[in-house]
Amino acid sequence: MITLDGLTKQYPGTAQPAVDHISLTIPKGEVCVLIGPSGCGKTTTMRLINRLIEPSGGTIELQGRDVTHMDAVELRRGIGYVIQQVGLFPHLTIAENIATVPRLLGWDAARTDKRIDELLELVALEPVTYRDRYPRDLSGGQKQRVGVARALAADPPVMLMDEPFGAIDPITRTRLQDEFQRIQARLKKTVVFVTHDLDEAIRMGDRIAILREGRVVQYDTPEAILARPANAFVEEFVGQDRALKRLSLYTVESRMGPVASVADDAPRLRADTTLRDALSALLGARSELALVLDPSGAALGTLRLEDVHAAAAGR
Amino acid sequence: MMLLLEAWTFILEHPARFGQALYTHVVLSAAALGTAAAIAIPLGIVVADRARGALLAVNAANIGRTLPSLAVLALVMPVLGTGFAPSWFALTLLALPPILINTCAGMREVDADVVDAARGMGMSAREIVFRIKLPLALPVLFAGVRTAAVQVVSGAVLASYIGGGGLGDFITAGIAMMAVPQLLVGAIPATLLSLGTDFLFGRIQRRLTPIGLRT
Ligand SMILES: Nc1ncnc2c1ncn2[C@@H]1O[C@H](COP(=O)(O)OP(=O)(O)OP(=O)(O)O)[C@@H](O)[C@H]1O
Ligand SMILES: [Mg+2]
Repeated sequence: MITLDGLTKQYPGTAQPAVDHISLTIPKGEVCVLIGPSGCGKTTTMRLINRLIEPSGGTIELQGRDVTHMDAVELRRGIGYVIQQVGLFPHLTIAENIATVPRLLGWDAARTDKRIDELLELVALEPVTYRDRYPRDLSGGQKQRVGVARALAADPPVMLMDEPFGAIDPITRTRLQDEFQRIQARLKKTVVFVTHDLDEAIRMGDRIAILREGRVVQYDTPEAILARPANAFVEEFVGQDRALKRLSLYTVESRMGPVASVADDAPRLRADTTLRDALSALLGARSELALVLDPSGAALGTLRLEDVHAAAAGR
Repeated sequence: MMLLLEAWTFILEHPARFGQALYTHVVLSAAALGTAAAIAIPLGIVVADRARGALLAVNAANIGRTLPSLAVLALVMPVLGTGFAPSWFALTLLALPPILINTCAGMREVDADVVDAARGMGMSAREIVFRIKLPLALPVLFAGVRTAAVQVVSGAVLASYIGGGGLGDFITAGIAMMAVPQLLVGAIPATLLSLGTDFLFGRIQRRLTPIGLRT
């Protein structure tokens, strides 16, 4: 669990604090997404947590311990950090980059090697191909994936991820988001995740903190933020399409009805399709009804356009 | 052509004298370069982390750089006298600035995001210097050593003026006696030695560049 209480940071020579009395509790094993306009203090908040910068006021507790009483170097070794600018070490191979924290912690070579391959596979980079390459041989998106692997290396219970998928193409990005959710479902890390992308926030976050000028405007579950924006700023931030965004929170499976006969040209959907995509499929096919199939092609149920309406309206 | 042949003959006739001069020249240069590196590299590393210190060091080094080599020798003589030791001292002074400036610049030029990532992963200040900054600064740092090496090898010719020996002895004697062949016995090997040093250090510089940074 991470608890921020009245956390404030004023950089010397600035008029406004970059982080202004932020209080947040991030329960153990949950993903908290920080989102907000550029310059609203997301990176600053993260860097306060691992003490890359020191607060001007307020406290940060990690698992009930005040971080300012901990040794900063020790603290950071126990927190995975993906920096916004990636910052791979250009003189080290991909494998050596990933091995950074394991080496600092004194793991033996066999264990470290095994871990490197595991992580490369996790971020979908073929170990045989990428192990011995250097960062300059990688695309921006590949570098970011190595950055994520490097942060995960020593299996830290807490992760700070500053726009980890920012420079990745939409397809790989979706795959990495899925991958991350799978890892997270298994490893249950406590994660602070920064993004600019509301769709990503909705997908990844157990809770979302919307920041503005160093303050938390709303801290809630994605459902609650989309259903009940706290004020005009949040409403504008989540956008006119918030009904659509809500649909992306639900899968077809959670809203479908029993199997019924459908027209031949009705859309066929997989059970884990989001309602948002299902709506798009229904609209595209000018159909009121879609058939839901399992991966082997057997019918699981049907989804009616009304089901989608109901979900969008929060019923 | 005639002159070259005469010079060659001179070397063949005085192998011990030539060998001794060449040896002194190399030892004197190596000693000065080694001493300068041993001082300037650690100093550069320490000073690079402090904005004020770095500014001060680089400015001092730049002033040091503008002093003519001969003037340095002349200034040293009244204090330290003549011979090998004062020559060593003067040449060390000559080698310090480029090494100090480049060490400092190399360390400071390391990408701030890379250092930030290192800090964020839990590297101590020491680990950041030795595992990240120094390896990344090495090509620039060694370019400074290379410049210093060439300057020292060329500058060592002047050591002869304060009795430091080396190939400069032939040049000074040659000039004094208006004997061009003897002058060449000093000048040509000294030139070749400088070129060779530059070439050799260039090769080392490339070897020291981390593979991930080679172009
Ligand atoms: N080292 C610093 N010194 C002075 N001001 C700073 C410093 N770092 C950040 N700031 C200021 O603090 C504010 C918050 O910056 P921060 O980097 O936390 O924003 P952010 O939300 O991460 O923005 P982005 O989405 O662009 O990454 C900004 O106004 C920024 O200019
Ligand atoms: Mg930021």
